[in-house]
Amino acid sequence: MNKIVSKEYFSANVIKFEVEAPLIAKSRKAGHFVMVKVGAKGERIPLTIADADLQKGTITLVVQKMGVSSSKLCALEVGEYITDMVGPLGKATHIEKFGTVICACGGVGTAPMMPIVAALKAAGNRIITVIAARTKDLIILEEQMREHSDEVIVMTDDGSYGTQGLVTNGIEAVINREKVDLCVTIGPAIMMKFVSLLTKKYEVPTLASLNTIMVDGTGMCGACRVSVGGKTKFVCVDGPEFDAHQVDFDEMLMRLGGYRDIEREENISYQSSVNGQQKTVS
Amino acid sequence: MKINEDRAEAWRVELRNAIKAKDRTSIERVHMPELNAEYRSHNRVEEVNLGLTAEQAMQEAKRCLDCANPTCMQGCPVGISIPTFIKNIERGEFLEAAKTLKETSALPAVCGRVCPQEKQCEGVCIHLKMNKEAVAIGHLERFAADYERESGNISVPTVAPANNIKIAGVGSGPAGLAFAGDMAKMGYEVVVFEALHEIGGVLKYGIPEFRLPNDIVDVEIQNLQAMGVHFVTNCVVGKTISIADLEQDGFKGIFVASGAGLPRFMNIKGENLVGVMSSNEYLTRVNLMDAANPNSDTPVFLGKKVAVIGGGNTAMDSVRTARRLGAERAILVYRRSEEEMPARLEEVKHAKEEGIEFLTLHNPIEYKGNEQGRVTQMVLQVMELGQPDASGRRSPVEIPGKTETIEVDEVIVSVGVSPNPLIPQSVQGLEVTKWGTVVVDNDTMQSAVPIIFAGGDIVRGGATVILAMGDGRRAAKAMDEWIKIRK
Repeated sequence: MNKIVSKEYFSANVIKFEVEAPLIAKSRKAGHFVMVKVGAKGERIPLTIADADLQKGTITLVVQKMGVSSSKLCALEVGEYITDMVGPLGKATHIEKFGTVICACGGVGTAPMMPIVAALKAAGNRIITVIAARTKDLIILEEQMREHSDEVIVMTDDGSYGTQGLVTNGIEAVINREKVDLCVTIGPAIMMKFVSLLTKKYEVPTLASLNTIMVDGTGMCGACRVSVGGKTKFVCVDGPEFDAHQVDFDEMLMRLGGYRDIEREENISYQSSVNGQQKTVS
Repeated sequence: MKINEDRAEAWRVELRNAIKAKDRTSIERVHMPELNAEYRSHNRVEEVNLGLTAEQAMQEAKRCLDCANPTCMQGCPVGISIPTFIKNIERGEFLEAAKTLKETSALPAVCGRVCPQEKQCEGVCIHLKMNKEAVAIGHLERFAADYERESGNISVPTVAPANNIKIAGVGSGPAGLAFAGDMAKMGYEVVVFEALHEIGGVLKYGIPEFRLPNDIVDVEIQNLQAMGVHFVTNCVVGKTISIADLEQDGFKGIFVASGAGLPRFMNIKGENLVGVMSSNEYLTRVNLMDAANPNSDTPVFLGKKVAVIGGGNTAMDSVRTARRLGAERAILVYRRSEEEMPARLEEVKHAKEEGIEFLTLHNPIEYKGNEQGRVTQMVLQVMELGQPDASGRRSPVEIPGKTETIEVDEVIVSVGVSPNPLIPQSVQGLEVTKWGTVVVDNDTMQSAVPIIFAGGDIVRGGATVILAMGDGRRAAKAMDEWIKIRK
């Protein structure tokens, strides 16, 4: 049981939680994730750790309301408890001085990029962060990113903020302008696929932090497997970060969609039950 | 020897002489009462075996000849005093029988259900030499353990006065539970760290309820808690806390029983299609996460044409689960013949009764999918048996060009597991084999890092509940001796 000590809405569907987890706060490094389960019959879902506060003994998670499990998590209030949380899992990001690094993140992927940006900056890299989202309201953590980045480029699909265009437009502008030694990308799989295609064209080494389906998250089930360089890898113990140019994103996208039909049905019934409850309350 | 002393007790001599050996051997072996096959093939959780009645158990116990040199005990990996517990059943002292079992086995209700008795105790029973069926030792073990549990008179083993020495177990599966029980008995302060949110390891996430009800595992766990064992769930040693942290916190010995981790795949085309998964994933979803329960948030595919690849107990558990969850065709695909199957005989029998199709001497070579990437077909290579291989089993050989294609909508791959890599990855100085198993001394279970002992699948790669338990018990004994010498 892990107590929620703060809750902040980045937008209607994107929520930042600080959760009591002193042991995880102490042992986590940039790139690590936790498995979270809400309720006795809840699902175990992976969430990358966005930050930690050693003194308070808390970790920060940023959650986007998508299906049943993330909605149940987002419904928790300060003082309530997450039923089960375990971590930190996965391999930490390899941090060294690479030179100039583009950190390209999309949507809620900006949150887990935070500690990576901070660690890479601390290691002496020049950091150019590209934050992308559909629209202005979905751009998160811009100020914090500015603190640790040498430059922040904001891209929105609809041009409501920053420069109009996709994350790839922002990256390409930088690559055309100066020598880039490494690109790190976190975001929706489809976004990372196109980032990878772009940086491959320019031969910029790229790391992608993958967010696949997991059940246990500790190397037991193999649900998270992806093909990397033609070999099957487990995201939970071999990753979550991989050489993006070796990742078979099409296969990953296909596997991510595997439970979509079941999940859609479950979500409809969950949302209607939640709405039903609210009606009876009011 | 205690065995000889026990055998010489007056009641036992009298009991032995009461019935002639010839009359004992002429009694037919008991049939385990079980749920109707058609009913249970649609019922997710009810246990198949219903257990013997007291009359049946006492009658079966009469069959045992109480041999002077009981070969059954040599067949038992932990050397349970088999004739002693059976003779106690024969004379109606069921609680005494349970007590005898618990002297050696930490989890008799579990072992009575899941041990491959036909390869162990029952496989060397004297009756077989006389062309009779072996004494149903497993059924009797289960009877005694269940009787004790249901009687409400569970004996919590006597615990020695606290010695205030902290020791840690890593993993709460059969090895970890057996270790914890023995250490607690010796007065140690035992903390068991479990990575998952439930205690019990493979007994919970792996073995289905129709074969081993969770309640039975929970009673064993409560028993350990009553003995003072403390469990910490959601804690991955090597990640959440390190071995060094444990040492710093004052733990004087650490038993690593983190189990089998990574599922093996066959590296064939189409294996990453949607609907193809490991038995670990499938069983974890259904057993640990209760995914087939409408109230559970975890999804699971309910395939109508399900193929399970493999011939072990896990394969059998998976295919029988699939059948229970509505598969019209539940097919077991195994590359050797039925004779070489490693699964327990009883599981094979039950599976057949439940309508599982056995496709032996077939091996998948490719899976094909539709536009959404969902598996729709499997291509099987037809095999025949060749010369015996290193395991002594006749090895399967491909019949060139002979393949078959079968429609499937779900494939569960159950061809083995590799040890969990988390501890070997996180502890310096630990000696590890090329298979990723931790190297330990065979007698003491002590690793190259003296404070760390290890047992179960992390050492064996993939074994049975009883062997894992045996490891836990040996490690407890050796760790106790090591700690005492060190002091």
